[in-house]
Amino acid sequence: MTDSKYFTTTKKGEVFELKTELQSDKKEKKKEAVKKVIASMTVGKDVSALFPDVLNCIQTDNLELKKLVYLYLMNYAKSQPDMAIMAVNTFVRDCEDSNPLIRALAVRTMGCIRVDKIIDYLCQPLRNCLKDEDPYVRKTAAVCVAKLHDINAQLVEDQGFLDQLRDLLSDSNPMVVANAVAAISEILETSPTAQQVLEMNSSTINKLLTALNECTEWGQVFILDAISNYTPKDDKEAQSICERVTPRLAHANAAVVLSAVKVVMKFMEMLEANSEYISTLVKKLAPPLVTLLSAEPEIQYVALRNINLVVQKRPEILKNEMKVFFVKYNDPIYVKLEKLDIMIRLTSQANIAQVLAELKEYATEVDVDFVRKSVRAIGRCAIKVEPAAERCVSTLLDLIQTKVNYVVQEAIVVIKDIFRKYPNKYESIIATLCENLDTLDEPEARASMIWIIGEYAERIDNADELLESFLEGFQDENTQVQLQLLTAIVKLFLKRPTDTQDLVQQVLSLATQDSDNPDLRDRGYIYWRLLSTDPAAAKEVVLAEKPLISEETDLIEPTLLDELICNISSLASVYHKPPNAFVEGSKSSLRKILPPRSQSGNVGDDQPSPPAEAPSAPAATVIPGVDSLIGDLLDMDLGGPSMQQQQMYPPQPTSQTPVQGGGGMDLLGEGLDSLLGGPAPSGDSLGGLGDIFGMPTAQSYVPPQEVWLPASKGKGLEVTGTFSRKQGNVIMELTFANKAMQPMTGFAIQFNKNSFGLMPASPINIPSALLPNQSTSYSLQLSTMGAVQRMDPLANLQVAIKNNIDVFYFSCLVPMHALFVEDGEMEKRVFLATWKDIPAQNEVQHEICNVQHNADTISQKLKNNNVFTIAKRNVEGQDMLYQSLKLTNGIWVLAELKIQPNNPNFMLSLKARAMDVYQGIQQAFDNILHN
Amino acid sequence: EVLISRVYRDDIGRNAVDAFRVNVIHARQQVRSPVTNIARTSFFHIKRSNIWLAAVTKQNVNAAMVFEFLLKMVEVMQSYFGKITEENVKNNFVLIYEILDEILDFGYPQNTDTGILKTFITQQGVKSQSKEETSQITSQVTGQIGWRREGIKYRRNELFLDVLESVNLLMSPQGQVLSAHVAGRIVMKSYLSGMPECKFGINDKVLMDTRGRSNMDESSSRTGATSGKSSIAIDDCQFHQCVKLSKFETEHSISFIPPDGEFELMKYRTTKDISLPFRVIPLVREVGRSKMEVKVVVKSNFKPSLLAQKVEVRIPTPLNTSGVQVICMKGRAKYKASENAIVWKIKRMGGMKECQLSAEIELLNTSDKKKWTRPPISMNFEVPFAPSGFKVRYLKVFEPKLNYSDHDVIKWVRYIGRSGHYETRC
Repeated sequence: MTDSKYFTTTKKGEVFELKTELQSDKKEKKKEAVKKVIASMTVGKDVSALFPDVLNCIQTDNLELKKLVYLYLMNYAKSQPDMAIMAVNTFVRDCEDSNPLIRALAVRTMGCIRVDKIIDYLCQPLRNCLKDEDPYVRKTAAVCVAKLHDINAQLVEDQGFLDQLRDLLSDSNPMVVANAVAAISEILETSPTAQQVLEMNSSTINKLLTALNECTEWGQVFILDAISNYTPKDDKEAQSICERVTPRLAHANAAVVLSAVKVVMKFMEMLEANSEYISTLVKKLAPPLVTLLSAEPEIQYVALRNINLVVQKRPEILKNEMKVFFVKYNDPIYVKLEKLDIMIRLTSQANIAQVLAELKEYATEVDVDFVRKSVRAIGRCAIKVEPAAERCVSTLLDLIQTKVNYVVQEAIVVIKDIFRKYPNKYESIIATLCENLDTLDEPEARASMIWIIGEYAERIDNADELLESFLEGFQDENTQVQLQLLTAIVKLFLKRPTDTQDLVQQVLSLATQDSDNPDLRDRGYIYWRLLSTDPAAAKEVVLAEKPLISEETDLIEPTLLDELICNISSLASVYHKPPNAFVEGSKSSLRKILPPRSQSGNVGDDQPSPPAEAPSAPAATVIPGVDSLIGDLLDMDLGGPSMQQQQMYPPQPTSQTPVQGGGGMDLLGEGLDSLLGGPAPSGDSLGGLGDIFGMPTAQSYVPPQEVWLPASKGKGLEVTGTFSRKQGNVIMELTFANKAMQPMTGFAIQFNKNSFGLMPASPINIPSALLPNQSTSYSLQLSTMGAVQRMDPLANLQVAIKNNIDVFYFSCLVPMHALFVEDGEMEKRVFLATWKDIPAQNEVQHEICNVQHNADTISQKLKNNNVFTIAKRNVEGQDMLYQSLKLTNGIWVLAELKIQPNNPNFMLSLKARAMDVYQGIQQAFDNILHN
Repeated sequence: EVLISRVYRDDIGRNAVDAFRVNVIHARQQVRSPVTNIARTSFFHIKRSNIWLAAVTKQNVNAAMVFEFLLKMVEVMQSYFGKITEENVKNNFVLIYEILDEILDFGYPQNTDTGILKTFITQQGVKSQSKEETSQITSQVTGQIGWRREGIKYRRNELFLDVLESVNLLMSPQGQVLSAHVAGRIVMKSYLSGMPECKFGINDKVLMDTRGRSNMDESSSRTGATSGKSSIAIDDCQFHQCVKLSKFETEHSISFIPPDGEFELMKYRTTKDISLPFRVIPLVREVGRSKMEVKVVVKSNFKPSLLAQKVEVRIPTPLNTSGVQVICMKGRAKYKASENAIVWKIKRMGGMKECQLSAEIELLNTSDKKKWTRPPISMNFEVPFAPSGFKVRYLKVFEPKLNYSDHDVIKWVRYIGRSGHYETRC
């Protein structure tokens, strides 16, 4: 018997025909008809019109037919909610069937029918099934709770299903435990309120570890993933969990292995860094990771993406396994590229010879991307392993000889980096490079080549001719190339002023007059002025010593890496992106972070294991190789010359005012000083400029009062108000007006849970009665110790006011700047590191229109509102202000304010880890700047 | 065309299929990643002949699990109706729906063991079972020994062990081993009554060293005079879910209750002291622009008494090959234009032998500047020993409830070494 015949009928009267068949008395015919219906459904035809007829077939003792009808129901119930109700009875009955397979089938299907009206009827059957004597039914019911929670979370919590679910963790059957764990993990991710009920503790973890030994491979994955979300109370517990999890590393299922790796990688953080157990674990992790590479290519790919993370976090694990990452001829391209990536990371002096031989081999392959990456990898090797640099360079030269266009271009780009890393060593090859000038057609390669010519102009006899040849098509070049050409010619001029005057004139006029690119124009003007006023200074600037380039590239920044380590094996680890970057909705707001080292070990070596990239190194002196082209011009990076200047100012006196939380930041305390009206310290590069304009009053901005509760809704009580910030506290400025006919007494105020945990610091106290037609003002000090619940909009605050008449409710918006705390000034280095740390996709721009102030007034104004200008720099005519602020709940927000001369519209870029706050902050900037 | 689809969650619409069709199936480029993200929806896809299997999600799911599941699904379907083709899928769509319903619930994989599934998902339609039968099924599906049912009886208790190794090699033209490893599998066929407990002994260094002395004595008498090296270093091994992993970790013993019939007991990997059965020595000379001379010598490197079978050497030729003349002393060699290779087949080859092939390749003059990238010479073969040196030391069977003992079980062990990616660059 074949089923394909069901697909073939495509006549017009088909639906009608099916209808009659469905109503047939003969069981066989009925079943055939249902099969046809399902077949139509599969190919995407709409057969929802048959709903009642199919539903009629549900009462059957034929399990196969029943399954088909249920399948149909799942598909169409949503579009026919009224009809679906008719199925309820069947579900309820089937849930009590004597056959456990049918009971489970019913409860499984039930959860997939997402019709609100039905749900209520299904609670009782589900409750019974959760206590069913048959484990098969219980394990199905456990998953059903998660389904129901997805449809209606409140209902699940109200009906006590969470408690039942938790009890299933102690079930005698391992599969029930596993499914319960899966359901719990999912519920926890979406609903923070379920936390109290479902919180894991060491005894539940113990139960899970016991079940781990007995359940199916998939169940083991659920359990391991759940354990990885648990934070052990100390290092002993972490170690004992690791001990019980490591046997899983020998499982045949890659998902089990990777989830076990995740648990171990995460809990290792809690163990003493140099303990013997750590090195045992490190030894145990390597073989299973390597074995994953002999699985199917898709699994290999997932494994490789994860190994990439593991290698960055703990390079020691795989340091001796270089060979297994050698590319095989038949590997799919995605596996090849990933292997290459890991090879570069593992390269060291010990294995460089082998690696180089391999890379040379790869550079002759077919796939363009792969070849390019291989060539680039050779360059990376040269920069990373100094003793091998020479061999790498000669390999690159060999490759250039092949004259394969993209190979040559890629090689030139990396050679430029090698020149920068090892100045005065390999310049002898410049001649060879120059031979290939004509073949370069990619901007990056052209720019690199031009950089090389400019940098070594004194050694290249015909440098002027070469550069001139580029100049011909100046207008058609990519900006990157144009900028580089401009700089290179200026360099050349400074080195050989006599015979290149014409050339430099030409390029300067091209850049300043014929270009409408502001960057190019501005750079042109800067050079022009420098050259015309003070050639010596020009020399110092343009031919300045260049900062070193870093050895590693493409490193994932440490905080993201840590988060990804917690997400090993998940999609996030495949994309190398945090889950919220690709999962819709803010549901999964729970960010997973590595647990801190527990304190029970020695105090001496308390230091957490050093992250792959040492963040303490002054970031400004290390410019990653790739974007060095732009950076080397003036070294305008934040921490450059301007920073040294600033450091010459004496440190500001520390303030005495206690700041809540008392972080280390208040050492700088400038914000407070200005609040107290002290002598304008303005320690930043603005210098005394502020004085000239006269200091604006050092007061934070207070929005005008607005009506929160109109008298008509307050039974005669009108409440107007606003928020301000005084002496480090949020103040709610309230005005009560009595527009009723009777006196009002007994005022009290309460807030609902809100985003920032605001609550009255003390109860409201209005001593005398408020008489009709009178009003009174009251400043209510707020604290931020209250309960937190995310509101939408974020700054929304729901207030209840009570008096002798009634209780009134209203909501108002807290202006975000009232929540900016006084110690929101970030140290420059920290600022720089943080700015880099926060992924670029978190950066959001916002235009602030029509501002009538200059940069200095603005930074003063902002400072009065606890937005601190960390640094100011002038880039090509426009002022850039770098600012930091901190919210009462400790969220840091970094801002970049771009002010162009003669343009009243400013551009504000915000960067923070929590993007939810942006809107409020943009609003706050708008208000402050327009005030 | 969608052959079959099953939606487990609400957040994926039917139009996801169209997005997949446009962006992956009909994409111009070959697949650059098995995971594709289109408009915040992630597609995990694998391909079997011309059928794509895709899993779709919007959540941050466990990617390794998804792929393992897809592969498992393929395995389950194959065991039900053979190869996955359009025709087979259409012929069995009801069955597939039924399987999908059973093995995946709300995106969570459930029991996927084919043996168990076959006890209650049959194509014949389920006859209403007795109460004992159904509860037996459910206890098996969820049970601690989810892979074996009770009450199995055989008149003759018998078991077969196949040690299947695939040797992987990457060798430089100069004969230097760039990388080599053996991926081994132990496939067991068990026809045993009751619930037998098995103990499996192998010549792994770690396992042997940690066993007590008394055990050693017993086992050495059992294995008798084993030839060659006594133990090997296994880098890593993985076991079927029936093996008690915690026992392996603590006591270093492999013990299990096997499923009935055929299953893969264990996988392992070794990289040290591999005896490479063959060595390929290539010599390629380009004579001008229109001619190439290739000489390939194959040496067998194992005991002369053993015979290798199905030996095949594949020598790639440039794309612009116009003609090939081949001479070989042994076997048959043919130029296959469609595969761009000279395929040299030798049916049987003894140990410590040497064969040679020489060929002249004539090339067309092409304007194509692209250099030919010389793919490696690959080899296929089958030899009757385990190149890693792996040995089965014992397999003991205990069934306390039934009255048959270890000695009554008939045991068969076979070693087969095959080529994996066995490549020599030229």
